[in-house]
Amino acid sequence: MNFKHKYVFLLPGLIVLIGILIFPIIFTVRLSLSGWNSFNPGLDFIGFKNYVRLFTDDPRFWQSFFRLSFLAITTVFLQYVIGFALAHMVWKDIKFKRFFRVLFLIPMMTTPVIMTVIWRTFFHESLGPLNDFLSIFGVQPPWLSSPSLAKVSIIVVEVWQWTSFMFLLMLAGLLSLPKEPFLAAAVDGASPFKKFIYVTFPLMAPISIGAIVIRLIEASKIMDTVFVLTSGGPGTSTETSSFFIFIKGLREFQMGYAATASFTYLIIMIISLTIIVKVLTKVLMRE
Amino acid sequence: MPKLYTFLKYFFVILWACFVIAPFLWAISTSFKDFNSVTGGATYIPWLQFEPTLDGWSVLFKPGSQGGINIIGPYFNSIFVTLTASLISIVLGTLAAYALSRYTFKAGFVKNNDITFFFISQRIMPPVVLSIPFFLFLSTLGLLDSLAGLILVYIVLLMPIAVWIMVDFFNRVPKEIDETALIDGCNPFQAFFKVVLPNSVPGMLVAGLFCIIFGWIDFFFAFILTFTKVQLLPVKIVALNSSITPWWSLSAAALVSVAPLIIVAFIVERYLSKGNLSGALK
Repeated sequence: MNFKHKYVFLLPGLIVLIGILIFPIIFTVRLSLSGWNSFNPGLDFIGFKNYVRLFTDDPRFWQSFFRLSFLAITTVFLQYVIGFALAHMVWKDIKFKRFFRVLFLIPMMTTPVIMTVIWRTFFHESLGPLNDFLSIFGVQPPWLSSPSLAKVSIIVVEVWQWTSFMFLLMLAGLLSLPKEPFLAAAVDGASPFKKFIYVTFPLMAPISIGAIVIRLIEASKIMDTVFVLTSGGPGTSTETSSFFIFIKGLREFQMGYAATASFTYLIIMIISLTIIVKVLTKVLMRE
Repeated sequence: MPKLYTFLKYFFVILWACFVIAPFLWAISTSFKDFNSVTGGATYIPWLQFEPTLDGWSVLFKPGSQGGINIIGPYFNSIFVTLTASLISIVLGTLAAYALSRYTFKAGFVKNNDITFFFISQRIMPPVVLSIPFFLFLSTLGLLDSLAGLILVYIVLLMPIAVWIMVDFFNRVPKEIDETALIDGCNPFQAFFKVVLPNSVPGMLVAGLFCIIFGWIDFFFAFILTFTKVQLLPVKIVALNSSITPWWSLSAAALVSVAPLIIVAFIVERYLSKGNLSGALK
């Protein structure tokens, strides 16, 4: 094919994307080398001081990062297991198939912050329906004001919100599978359990990897839920990396330091996602 | 054994259905309450447990001067920003995806897959990382607190999704289609617009649905980059979430804001069941 045309197709999108992004990215890197804060707003040059501070003298950043890793991995794992299970269940013979499919798709269509506001009233200690129900058993857990339960609440909301996305990807995958392997398994008289282990699961492996990676990328940005549900609290017990950067940059106006945290975070994310893709491919794709 | 499986299947599916529906039912019930019914403890059934009122709903459509919240303006802003940004993303994303699927690019070590990855990798960036530079970037352009500025930012948010879905889609459209068109005397643009594009409508619709979903549900950029002149729906609603929260109007506003996308859920399901989505999403 003619080689000049290809640029006419590619370049508009590429140029728009780079055009919008080039300034923010370069600016973030430059900002991370400055001491911009509310007393001293300006792009001075302080070398790697911010990075030294981040790596040697800021346990809060690293705590928020490990908390984020914990939350992201837990929620995505739960979403994958539940989403795959649900997709498998409404894949074929079930009554009201289309009703359940629509219903399970709805949470991902709802705005996370807005649903989280509803969840916040749902989890309310004395006025919410959850504790109203639990009071039958004589307990009234402080869902949002205890450090460990606040994490549980965030996990519940994240799983509610995003299992439907996993469900969608897995169901789309299941519906696109070829029929022949299943016919062969049926001829061999394989039990439903064996059929799943030896036929469905291996066929779904590439789709699973894609879905898990997409969800991990999105889950690593957990911010809306935390912002509305707990505001990082109680204390800093539900603070994630995004929220830490938000507090430093847009609440305490330590722009330079926030940029350092952002850039460090991005580098770690890109490296760990690359590793995760490799590991997942090895674990799920072994024949 | 199959009986047990069937039982567990229905049990689990119904359990999850209840979990999915719970916050909506709670919001519907709460939206008809007033101050006293909310602070009196959790109640669920109108007339039986509390006296329903329409205050929570009527407040949404009154202007601020009459003590209302007036979500109509933000509603249209949200629709406009989402649709415009989605449309631009789809057009640019489809063109780029077509190029990446059909032609070979090579510049040094950069190949097709790397360019595709560059597009998609923009999703890795948390909004908060981009928000500070975007804030300064838009204020330099004078686009802070404007619809145009938000659309610009949302394109970055949505184009990766469009490219991701369309590259996969075009990879599945047989190359022979365009080759036949080229042999018949079309130039590459004619081949694309007359032959390939009409065959790509399902893929573009799916990409469009996803752009609309992810544009509609964004909160953070709108929260940072707009203040008073332009307000989007999520920001308006979250602003209600203060120390003394009017649970009733909050619930009503939440229901109004999620309603249009529930229609999208029905469309997506139709595509799924007809099998069109599977190809476009894998």
